Amino acid sequence: MQRRQLLQTAAAAGLAWSAVGRTAFAASAQPGGQVLPGNKRLIVVFLRGAVDGLSVVVPHSEGAYYGQRSSIALARPGQDGGVLDLDGHFGLNPNLAPLMPLWQSSKLAFVHASGSPDPTRSHFDAQDYMESGTPGRKSTPDGWLNRLLGAEPPVAAQAGARAGVTRGISVGATLPRIWAGPNPVANIANGARATKPTLLDRPQVSKAFDSLYSGDDAMSRAYRESQQSRAEVNEAMSPAAHEQMVADNGAPLPNGFPDDAGRLAQLMRRDPNVQIAFLALGGWDTHVNQGGAKGQLANRLQPLGQGLAELATRLGPTFDDTTILVISEFGRTARQNGTGGTDHGHGNVMWALGGNIAGGKVYGRWPGIDASALNEGRDLAVTTDFRQVLAGVCMRNLGLPDSKLASVFPGFDAAPLDISRA
Amino acid sequence: MPQTTAFPMTRRGALATALAALAWRPAFAAEAAGAGQAEALHVLNRLAFGPAPGDLDRVTQMGVPAWISEQLHPERLALPAFLADQLSTLRTPRETQREMVDQYREMAREAKEARQAGTASPDGGKAPTAEGAERRRKAAAITVEAGEERLLQALGSPRQLEEVLVDFWFNHFNVFQGKGLVRVLVESYEREAIRPHVLGRFRTMLGATAKHPAMLFYLDNWLSAAPGYQPRRGAAKVSGLNENYAREVMELHTLGVDGGYTQQDVTELARILTGWTLVQQEPRRRRFGQGTDNTASGRGDSIFAFDPARHDNGTKNWLDRSVPPNGQLEGEFALDVLANHPATAKHIAFKLARRFVADEPAPALVDRLARRFTDSGGDLRAVMQALVDSPEFRDPRPVKFKTPYQYVLSSVRATGISTTNVKPLMAVLAQLGQPLYGCQTPDGWHDTEADWLNPNAITQRVNFATALASGRLPLQRVDDPNAPAEPNGMKAMERQADRAMARAEAAEGSTPPVDAATLLATLGPAISDKTRATVTAAQPALRAALVLGSPDFMRR
Repeated sequence: MQRRQLLQTAAAAGLAWSAVGRTAFAASAQPGGQVLPGNKRLIVVFLRGAVDGLSVVVPHSEGAYYGQRSSIALARPGQDGGVLDLDGHFGLNPNLAPLMPLWQSSKLAFVHASGSPDPTRSHFDAQDYMESGTPGRKSTPDGWLNRLLGAEPPVAAQAGARAGVTRGISVGATLPRIWAGPNPVANIANGARATKPTLLDRPQVSKAFDSLYSGDDAMSRAYRESQQSRAEVNEAMSPAAHEQMVADNGAPLPNGFPDDAGRLAQLMRRDPNVQIAFLALGGWDTHVNQGGAKGQLANRLQPLGQGLAELATRLGPTFDDTTILVISEFGRTARQNGTGGTDHGHGNVMWALGGNIAGGKVYGRWPGIDASALNEGRDLAVTTDFRQVLAGVCMRNLGLPDSKLASVFPGFDAAPLDISRA
Repeated sequence: MPQTTAFPMTRRGALATALAALAWRPAFAAEAAGAGQAEALHVLNRLAFGPAPGDLDRVTQMGVPAWISEQLHPERLALPAFLADQLSTLRTPRETQREMVDQYREMAREAKEARQAGTASPDGGKAPTAEGAERRRKAAAITVEAGEERLLQALGSPRQLEEVLVDFWFNHFNVFQGKGLVRVLVESYEREAIRPHVLGRFRTMLGATAKHPAMLFYLDNWLSAAPGYQPRRGAAKVSGLNENYAREVMELHTLGVDGGYTQQDVTELARILTGWTLVQQEPRRRRFGQGTDNTASGRGDSIFAFDPARHDNGTKNWLDRSVPPNGQLEGEFALDVLANHPATAKHIAFKLARRFVADEPAPALVDRLARRFTDSGGDLRAVMQALVDSPEFRDPRPVKFKTPYQYVLSSVRATGISTTNVKPLMAVLAQLGQPLYGCQTPDGWHDTEADWLNPNAITQRVNFATALASGRLPLQRVDDPNAPAEPNGMKAMERQADRAMARAEAAEGSTPPVDAATLLATLGPAISDKTRATVTAAQPALRAALVLGSPDFMRR
C-alpha cells in the first residue's frame, strides 16, 4: 500500500518518481545497461498463423525439397536469391541475412522438425496448446510464461531492488493466453503510444480514478498494475534515455516489429525488473502465392530478421543473459499446394538467439522430407517436442531448478534439450 | 459478480447450475420501480449496446417482454429520420461488387506501374496520376463508409438487437479488410451476406458468406482448383487445391474444432468446393457455366461464379458419405449437411450463450439452444427467442466484461451525443485492440473477460472515458469529403485519437462536456451507490468521466 502511494505521489509530482526510479536503477545496474550477474531474461516471439519453417531453415542439399516445391523453393547457396548456407545441409532464408552475424558468432541456433505431439492442424487449438504448454489439453487454465513467472525467483529479489510489477511484459493491446495465470503481467501498447502522455497521467485525473479502482477485484488490480508499470516504463523510456539509445545504436527504426523490438530492448536494458517479455506477429498463413526469395513470405521475414537483429544489438550487454525464442504453432505442408502456397502442416523450426545459446548449430533429429518420411504423407514430421526446447531453455538458460520444471510444464516427462553454452 | 481472481483465465465455471434455477419474474406492481429498471437495464445491456437517455424508462414502461418482442422483429421498427438521412449520404452501398472490384484492380495496377517506374513515394503509396489519387481516396472512403454504416446504426438504430447480432455474426464469419480485395468488399459483405440473415436461417447466411467474393478471396477458395488444372493463359497461376476455406468453414463456421472431422474430410471438402470462385473481369463471365448465387440479397450483381473447368469431377468421400460428381450442387449439398449437423447446432448454441449469457454458459442452456436450432431447422429468430426465455439469460447480474466494441458504443450511447463523425471511434477501437473489420484471423474476436481484461485495457478505457466525457473527441467534425486519402488511414486515425486523449483543449468538432447528473439518470442501476458517492465527491469537471470509466460500466 505504501509503495503504491509512493508511486502515485511521485507520478503526481512529476519529477519525484524519476528520482526514485533512478536511485533504484543505480542500485541495480550501471548506467549503460550493465546487468547484474544471474539476471537471466527470456523474450518469446510468437509467429501466429504458422510460419513455413521449410522456407526459414531450408534443407538445400535435399532433392526432395526441390521436388516438393516447384515454384516456391529457395535456390541453393550461391545462386541468385539463394539461401545462406548454415552447415552444408541447411541454409537460412536470404531475407534473414541480418541474423547471419549471430549465427557466425554462435549466438543463433535452430531446432528443426520440432513441434507439438498433438496432431491438430487448427491454428487456434495449436496456438492454445503452445501457449498453455499442455498439448492436447484445453482445460489448462494458465499459460506457461505465467507459470514460469511464478517459479522463477524475481530478479528484483536477487538484486535487492524494488519489487516491480513489470517482471512480465507483453507488447500489444491484449494479454494472450501464454500469460494467463495468477502472476501479474503488464502490457504496453504497440508503437510509440507505449510512452505517450495520456489524460490519466494528469494527477487530478488519476487521483479521482484511483479511488474507484482501490478494491481487490480483477479490474482494480489491473488498473493498479497498469499505473505502476507505466511509471516504470516511462522512467526507463524517458526522452533522455531514448536519446542515449539512439546515439548508441543508430537511427530510429521503421514502424512495426523492428520498432517494437527496439523499444522492448531499451526497456529491458534500462529496467532490470523486466525478466520475461512476449510479442506476437501475425500474417504467416501463406496459403496463396507465398513466393520464394521475394514475395509475401519474404516481405514478412525481412522486418522480422531486422527486428531480431536490432533486439540483439540494442540489448547491449544484456543480450549475454537473454534468450530470445521464436516459435510458431505448426509448420506447413512439405509440398506446395495448388495455389503457390502451403497448407497447414505439422513439424516446424524453432529459433533461439542469445549470448548463452550454444549456437551455430541446427539441433534436432532431421527426419527428411522424402514422401516416405512425411507425417501423414504430407508434412515434416515432429522429432522434438516443443516442450523439450522450452524446458531446456528454462532450466539451462534461465536457471529454473529441476524441482520446478513440473510446475511450468505439467505432464511433460521427456528429456529437456540443452542448447545452452553452459 | 465475484471479482476474486487476478487473472480472468482462472475464473472459469463461475456460473453455478444454481443460477439456472433463478426464475425471471415480471415486475410486480408491489415492487418498486427500481426492480423494473433493473430488468430493463439487463436486457438493454445484453440485447442492445446499453441504455441511451430515456431508454430505461421507455423499456420499463412498455414492459420487457414487449420490448424483446419488438427487437426480435426489427422490420417492424422504423429507422428515425436523422439516421435514415445519414445513411442515405453513403455512396458505397450504391456501388456494385463489380464496380468496387474494378476500382481495386485499377488501383493495384497503377501502384504496380508506379513501383516499376520508380515514381512511388518511399511509403509505397502515392499513385502518379490525379485519377489514381481519386481511386485511392475512394478506396479509403469505402473503409470509412463501412464503419459509418455499422457504427451509426449501432449507436442510433432502435433495432438494437439486430445491431448486436450483426456484430456477432460478422465476427462469426469474419473477414479481414487488410487482405487485398476485402478492403473494398467488406461493406458489401456485411450488407448482403450478414445483415439480412441475422434473424433468418443459418443455412442462408452460411451460403451467402460462402459465395460472397469477400469470403472467397479472404479464405482463398476463389483460386482452388482440381489437382492438375491447367489455367488459361494469363490467368492466376493455379494448379490445384487450396484447403483454407474448406478447413475453416468446418472448424469455425459450422462443426467446431471438435466436430469430428478429419484431415481427409478437409481435403475432400476442398475438392467439393473447387470451382466456387469469383469473376474478376466482366468479359470472363461468359465463359462460366450456370453457377449462380441465389442467396445474396443485394441487387443480383454478385460476382460469384461456379467454374466447371476448375471443378474436381471425381467422387468424394466426405464425412462418411460418398458425394457423387454434381458440379456446384455438391457444394450446396455439403453446406446443407454442415448446417444440419448436430455439432453445428452445439457450436452455434455455445457461441450465442457465451455472447449473451456468460463466459462459461451452463451446459443445460447450450443443449436447449442446440435443440431449438435443430428443431427449427436453423431458424435464428427461434433460437434467440429460446435464449431470451431461458432462466440463465434472465439472471440479472452483470457478469459479462464488455469488449472494446461494446464499451465504446455503450459509452457514446449513454452520453446521448449525436455522432456524425465515426472516425474517432474507429481509431479508439483500434487503440483498444479491436479495430473494426480489423481481425486478421478467421476465428474473429474472442468473447470472454480473459480475452479483454488486462492492465493496459483498463487505463486505455479510462482515457477514452475522460476524453469523451469532457468533449475532447471530435464526434461532430465535418471532414472535407474530397480531401486526399492518407497513406495509412488507420494509423493516422489512431494518432488523432492519441492526440485527442492527451490534449487539454477540445478540438474542432468536439462535443459539449457530458452532464454527470443526466448520465447517472440514464444509467440508473448500472452505477452502484458506492461509485455514485465517489463521483459526487469528485470535482464537477471529472464526474461524467468517472461514471463512464468506472468498474461498474465495464460490465454488462
